[in-house]
Amino acid sequence: MRYSALKVFTQGLTGNKGWKPVWREPDPKPQYNVIIIGGGGHGLATAYYLAKEFGIQSIAVLEKGWIGSGNIGRNTTIVRSNYLLPGNQPFYEMSMKLWENLEQDFNYNAMVSQRSILNLFHSDSQRDAFVRRANAMMLSGADAELASAEDLRRELPFLDFDNARFPIKGGLFQRRGGTVRHDAVAWGYARGADLRGVDIIQNCEVTGFDIKDGVCTGVQTTKGAIKAGKVAVCVAGSSSRVMAKAGIRLPIESHVLQAFVTEGLKPVLPGVITFGVGHFYVSQSDKGGLVFGGNIDGYNTYAQRGNLPVVEDVAEGGMAIMPMIGRARLLRSWGGLMDMSMDGSPFIDKTHISGLYFNGGWCYGGFKATPASGMCYAHLLARDVPHPHATAFRLDRFKRGYLIDEKGQGAQPNLH
Amino acid sequence: MIIDHPLLGPRDAAEFTYLGDATLINRPDPAAPDAADGFYEYLYLRDNPAGEHNELWYHEQGDRAWLVVSRNTLTHEITKVELARDVALRLGRDR
Repeated sequence: MRYSALKVFTQGLTGNKGWKPVWREPDPKPQYNVIIIGGGGHGLATAYYLAKEFGIQSIAVLEKGWIGSGNIGRNTTIVRSNYLLPGNQPFYEMSMKLWENLEQDFNYNAMVSQRSILNLFHSDSQRDAFVRRANAMMLSGADAELASAEDLRRELPFLDFDNARFPIKGGLFQRRGGTVRHDAVAWGYARGADLRGVDIIQNCEVTGFDIKDGVCTGVQTTKGAIKAGKVAVCVAGSSSRVMAKAGIRLPIESHVLQAFVTEGLKPVLPGVITFGVGHFYVSQSDKGGLVFGGNIDGYNTYAQRGNLPVVEDVAEGGMAIMPMIGRARLLRSWGGLMDMSMDGSPFIDKTHISGLYFNGGWCYGGFKATPASGMCYAHLLARDVPHPHATAFRLDRFKRGYLIDEKGQGAQPNLH
Repeated sequence: MIIDHPLLGPRDAAEFTYLGDATLINRPDPAAPDAADGFYEYLYLRDNPAGEHNELWYHEQGDRAWLVVSRNTLTHEITKVELARDVALRLGRDR
């Protein structure tokens, strides 16, 4: 069923009784050309683009729980392409362009809202760094705009410009950045993939890989053995656990990132705003809640919940730039698992096992990358060569010395 | 989380900074013929288990001791805390 305004109108007149489930719930077939492990945003996007852009037939997505139950439903919904390094920025700008056309592409309302993202700066040296970043962004074709404190006072008068410790000196805008309804991204890709014949198999946990003489020929699952020409792992947050079943150790630690939402408020925030000194980012959802987050907790964990010191730290970050946030009451908080890699950048690569592919290490930047990650992973799976915008995301880059370390923190995952 | 410091008793984990997997104590031999591979694995690769995990915590806002904390990464339960020095000596390091 194709969605349209007319459809919504006629369904409204007939009691909305004609809507059907938008994906099937098939049993697994004994064999597929491509098996994608992980029914999150990236896995579903990969399946969608494999079928749509590369014409691959016979694809299955295996999901341990239900689709969209992981980080695609646990993030703060921000999309942006304001990176610095050559290995990263063109990839994220490609993702931004895919976001801009996503709803038309998969005929699903993902509520893509380019309401802008603003990175505040608080010192002269930080302004210089942001000017450099803005130039890098523009070189990749992205938009960037430097705003002075006077500009911001007009546009966002509620910010604490004269904070004694961290006065706001200005900010870097990316007007094309914004937010997207995260669950709808998973559902839209799932629907689009299903329409093109992809089997989305939920409640199907992969328990092992069939690997013989360095070739992966299929997987063992809780719904039986399934053979596959290519097996594509796409389970960021649990990458180490899944890849350990194939005997592969990764340059990844799992950490928890917390997020928070307040009670619903009248519109106060026009876009996304980030603090330049601590780690704090905030936007307002269409329901009115302020959605915000900060740093990861900083220790290895697979528990999808964090601890109170980070809650305090995030709240302090909010109060430092936006004292009015202190009037809002916190409604919910939650945690999601991050693949924190050794340089803060992701992987989209083959492994040394033939037929086994890996996508992961997204740190806490996975959501914005969803369309490009799917497109580039599909490209790699279909053609066995990396997409031109994802050539740097190699698993062996640490051994070769080609790190993509945006922050320059070194091999310390909890600092990225 | 509360870390039961062997010398100071129970302390809030917020007083500590976290380094990572306690295998970082076992620095490879730089004179070995395969030292490059050894250091690559030492520096970059991790087991990253779900469950029992031995890890290095530094008491930055306390006595500046390095501790090896055994903690369950699924429940955050801490089962054992030792001075990293004691662990290193037991592993055959001279300090």
